Amino acid sequence: MRQQRALTIIGGKVLTRSGLQAGGVRCVDGMIAEVGEITPHEGDQLVDAGGLLVAPGLVDYGVFAVDKPAFHFGGITRAALMPDRPPPLDHPARVRFAAQSGKPDFWVHPLAAATIGLEGERLAELALMRDAGARGVATGRRWIGDSGVMLRLMQYAAMLGLVVVAHSEDAGLIGNAAATAGEMATRLGLPSAPAEAEALAVARDIALAEMAGARLHLRQVTTSAALDLVRAAKVRGLAVTAGVTPAHFMLSDLALQDFRTFARLSPPLREEADRQAVLAAIGDGTIDLVASGHDPRGPEDKRLPFADAAPGMAGAETLLAMVLTLVRDGVIGIERAFELLARNPARLLGVEAGELRPGAEADIALVDPVRPWVVDSSRMAAAAGNTPFDRQPVEGRVTALWKGGVAVES
Amino acid sequence: MAPAPMAPTPPTPPATGPSATSRRSRYPAGALAFPHRGLLGIGELETHEILYLLDEAEQWVALNRRPAKHVDVLAGLTIINAFFENSTRTLLSFEIAGKRLGADVVNMHAAQSSVKKGETLIDTAMTLNAMRADAIVIRHGSSGAVRLIADKVDCPVINAGDGQHEHPTQALLDALALRHALRARGREELNGLLVTICGDVRHSRVARSNILCLQALGAIVRVCAPPSLMPAGIERMGVAPTFDFDAALAGAEVVMMLRLQSERMEGQFVPSEREFRRLYGLTPERLERAAPGVIVMHPGPMNRGVEIDSTVADLAGGPHEARSIITDQVEMGVAIRMACLEVLTRRVRGVPGWGGDNAAQSGARWA
Repeated sequence: MRQQRALTIIGGKVLTRSGLQAGGVRCVDGMIAEVGEITPHEGDQLVDAGGLLVAPGLVDYGVFAVDKPAFHFGGITRAALMPDRPPPLDHPARVRFAAQSGKPDFWVHPLAAATIGLEGERLAELALMRDAGARGVATGRRWIGDSGVMLRLMQYAAMLGLVVVAHSEDAGLIGNAAATAGEMATRLGLPSAPAEAEALAVARDIALAEMAGARLHLRQVTTSAALDLVRAAKVRGLAVTAGVTPAHFMLSDLALQDFRTFARLSPPLREEADRQAVLAAIGDGTIDLVASGHDPRGPEDKRLPFADAAPGMAGAETLLAMVLTLVRDGVIGIERAFELLARNPARLLGVEAGELRPGAEADIALVDPVRPWVVDSSRMAAAAGNTPFDRQPVEGRVTALWKGGVAVES
Repeated sequence: MAPAPMAPTPPTPPATGPSATSRRSRYPAGALAFPHRGLLGIGELETHEILYLLDEAEQWVALNRRPAKHVDVLAGLTIINAFFENSTRTLLSFEIAGKRLGADVVNMHAAQSSVKKGETLIDTAMTLNAMRADAIVIRHGSSGAVRLIADKVDCPVINAGDGQHEHPTQALLDALALRHALRARGREELNGLLVTICGDVRHSRVARSNILCLQALGAIVRVCAPPSLMPAGIERMGVAPTFDFDAALAGAEVVMMLRLQSERMEGQFVPSEREFRRLYGLTPERLERAAPGVIVMHPGPMNRGVEIDSTVADLAGGPHEARSIITDQVEMGVAIRMACLEVLTRRVRGVPGWGGDNAAQSGARWA
């Protein structure tokens, strides 16, 4: 659906690259035309923001399902779709289909499976999948154990100009682990792996990316040691970026208490010191983006013994509120929050979105940053309510959303 | 082996309700003495609740030593033993316990049936519940599985071992066997007792339950295993870990050997059984390092010649000599399980002070 009438939002606090400013946004033909103090034109559709935050729609880098009600609830207008699907996104036709699957009011940017069946052995048809709409290439929810395959993947992706999205857990160390080795896993008797499995994998992948001249995005970096490696790689000027999901800065492995399978994640929750390291890395810029990792899972996947349950959480609805807790706690400012949630992921995807500037897509969220609400796993917009934040009081809600200048019905 | 002297017990066990031993002692009244709906782990028990179960078990130790070992306390009740993992000893022990109390005992060997997939676990629980069991005893290969089922059924659930998490009745029977052995020496308390647990700690639910139980009773616990079989962060459970078996044995008053659980190992954890025996096998020579009169324990089934030598396993010393109490452990197992079944079914049997209404009024937390 194309935008028919020009849209002018006034009376808000607009998030621009130079910071918050009073005013609004004018959108024409699905694009942002003006930002700041604007005068509505004759015949514009007029919206009064009522002093709320006028922000770019969120860009969620790394989700496992196309779940529009949850994305729209969370103010998300675009997402990078992970290839871990049955069947995996390892074929151009599947990529092309996935790329169309959210339109018109939600855009899906598929990440191509790096290897056939995500098995880490034979490279998939990356160039054909790029032409079918893939915006990057991902190893999926697992690590490619064979360093030779990983190097060839990086070289090939570098040639094609595709970002390599890696999962960072050394497969030999993790085995069938369901938790991070430590007191909690030991008390619960869960199969566990040392947190260092992440740093090992990150070290190798950074080295290979440097050799290949590839752009590497580490989808989730959750430990102190691995964050140090990313920090050092950035200092050396390598094209390495890092992401994380709110679970790893909000929760530690204490959340596994009582075998709560909603806290079964991949990578698993870490000890408190690592959670603190993630917070610090968000503050100092080592972490470039925060994503939801949205993966709604029903009781057939989650109401199982902990180690048998599927990993993953429904995160889209709580993404914004969780990042806003960082603003409230003084870890970051509001501008940085939307850099993590919109601008940086959009840049990594190579799309003209994620910020409010003339020429960008008119993906706009109206946000009440202090509106209180309580996360309730039994009443979620998502396809399933597997949130580890159940019953948590939070602040910050999206009150209206536009995709390409067209209001999203919720 | 001379039978250990017993605690004072009444000549005949009471038909229902708390035994004289525990009734006259320091326990809270009625259901407050054991305010739990089931028995899922030692970790959720207070010290006095552990002692209560041990004291309650004494009457059943006495009963089990008589020729006629049957009472009708649980007559008419149905107990289902749902074992999702192969077991001979524990299943037999629970079956005997239920039958001696007069209950109708049904065994479900889920490990051999089609009920292997996790997907059907909740459905199985609902099925068992619909059959109106009065108590369900569950063993399952995944940590936390028993709690998952317990949340879905209305009757008391006893954990007979869940993955690598807990095996509470084993820890209780070990404590009871230990207490009998100590009483034979005129010692009542486990306070300050130096216990070494050695072997495959990583894969052992017995080790976890025993660490919690022994510590609750005041014992000092050391654990010993090769690095590959030592779980991370075990020291935060308040035990002293070591890789050096000789050091772990030095001065130990109790040595509890664990079974090398090859069937649970994903990958190779020890190069060979022969090498494991060299490093961690309990031989008569090694046992010399322990305190005089050391007590040797093993939850069974033993790998004789691997973690424990036959001469040590069968060491039949007098009360004050070094001795193995491995067969006493098995004997105490039946009594402990009888105690658990009897205590946990008091509510459904309407034992005064243990009913739902009374419990609510007295603030018992049926958790």
